[in-house]
Amino acid sequence: MRISCPLCGPRDRREFYYRGAAVALQRPAADAGEDAWQAYVFLRDNPAGVTRDLWYHAQGCGAWLVVTRDTASHEILATELAAEVAS
Amino acid sequence: MRFSGFRVFKEAVTGHKGWKPLWRTPDPQPEYDIIIVGGGGHGLSTAYHLAAKFGVTRVAVLEKGWLGSGNIGRNTTIIRSNYLLPGNEHFYELSMKLWENLEQETNFNSMVSQRGIINLIHTDGQRDAYRRRGNAMMLAGAGAQLLSRDEVREMVPFLNFDNARFPIKGGLMQTRAGTARHDGVVWGYARGADMRGVDIIQNCEVTGFRIENGKVLGVETSRGYIGAKKVGVAVAGSSSRVMAQAGMRLPMESHVLQAFVSEGLKPTIPGVITFGAGHFYISQSDKGGLVFGGDLDGYNSYAQRGNLPVIEDVAEGGMALMPMIGRARLLRMWGGIMDMTMDGSPIIDKTDIDGLYFNGGWCYGGFKATPASGFCFAHLLAKDEPHEVTRQMRLDRFARGYLLDENGRGAQPNLH
Repeated sequence: MRISCPLCGPRDRREFYYRGAAVALQRPAADAGEDAWQAYVFLRDNPAGVTRDLWYHAQGCGAWLVVTRDTASHEILATELAAEVAS
Repeated sequence: MRFSGFRVFKEAVTGHKGWKPLWRTPDPQPEYDIIIVGGGGHGLSTAYHLAAKFGVTRVAVLEKGWLGSGNIGRNTTIIRSNYLLPGNEHFYELSMKLWENLEQETNFNSMVSQRGIINLIHTDGQRDAYRRRGNAMMLAGAGAQLLSRDEVREMVPFLNFDNARFPIKGGLMQTRAGTARHDGVVWGYARGADMRGVDIIQNCEVTGFRIENGKVLGVETSRGYIGAKKVGVAVAGSSSRVMAQAGMRLPMESHVLQAFVSEGLKPTIPGVITFGAGHFYISQSDKGGLVFGGDLDGYNSYAQRGNLPVIEDVAEGGMALMPMIGRARLLRMWGGIMDMTMDGSPIIDKTDIDGLYFNGGWCYGGFKATPASGFCFAHLLAKDEPHEVTRQMRLDRFARGYLLDENGRGAQPNLH
């Protein structure tokens, strides 16, 4: 599997660290309540199909990426810099 | 149809014409008392225990493919009860006891082979951790032995004891652990359930739940609607997909785990050896193949196959631990989908929907749990209260903060 880093180009999957679904970009407010925080920390859609997750280019440029991927086929559909997605 | 030595002899002299299929292939009835979604090990074990132990026989098991086509046919067949936390260890010890009596109970050869498991120790810190774990195991009645380096060497002299990075300093052993024949477990439970009147319906995929006023009335399937007073879901890697049909989000991600088998060899490895530091574990099947594996591939996946980096990682771990493995040829490898929870421990619980029950989140340790998982899920379904050893395996433990995190690694499924 190769991931196309927006800064470095297509790189081997081994250069990247996986951090899970891209929910980290929607961190709730500190006073959002228990339900919102439980959902943020623990609950996941976990779809068999297109998903968005966070990868860290640990052995490359050090950028956090949002990768849009198909969990059934391992096809990678898009990669974006997390900094740009979050802004 | 019961198996016995006499029966084998009789069939041998009469041309083996008397053997019958082990279970029926019935059409679904309009309604059941309990429907089990998922005809894998846990689902069939649940159906078996419902019928055999709790007297509930108007039960159907719905399986989207063929029996045992999921993880029960894709694992590395290890059975053990060497957990640390009380919320887990008592459950797995119950499972171990059920394994020990499985063949007598189901009258089916599941090839349960208690050859022992050794978890290798490389550092003082690891020895302390394993000593603690061994004590926890003994408190739960599971038994444990702390082995010195020489004792390990006596049992498995072929290991590389002087690896520069991870020299072997000892081991934690559970002598009652071992392996079983995974398909035999499926067939034994399926036959036992069928003999007691459970309908096993294959090629019947659940496509939705019929829920009214917060109560489940039945399931929509590829073979039409089937009503039920209660529905129990035991679908392992597909848990999130199936429960999403009931509007639920679960605290888990699905991950692929690979396993490997070498060509058949003469008896080489006495039991199960785990090399946690090197992400590698190995045993030998009765057929002679070395059965081994390592870590998850590490990212959310529903593809029942893995990628090369983990294959290389496992092969490196094997070479570091027992260099002679380099002479064996790899026969095949495969991947299964693990329902990895946020704390690495399973869930057996009711849901907020009346009549809908959930059994899942077994991570990569579901096989050893098969007997007790089915027994405890049957207990919950039949009596509406959890069995005492699954009291902590609740769905709401995440919200309430009572996690069962064996490794203390936090809410990241691929690290458990």
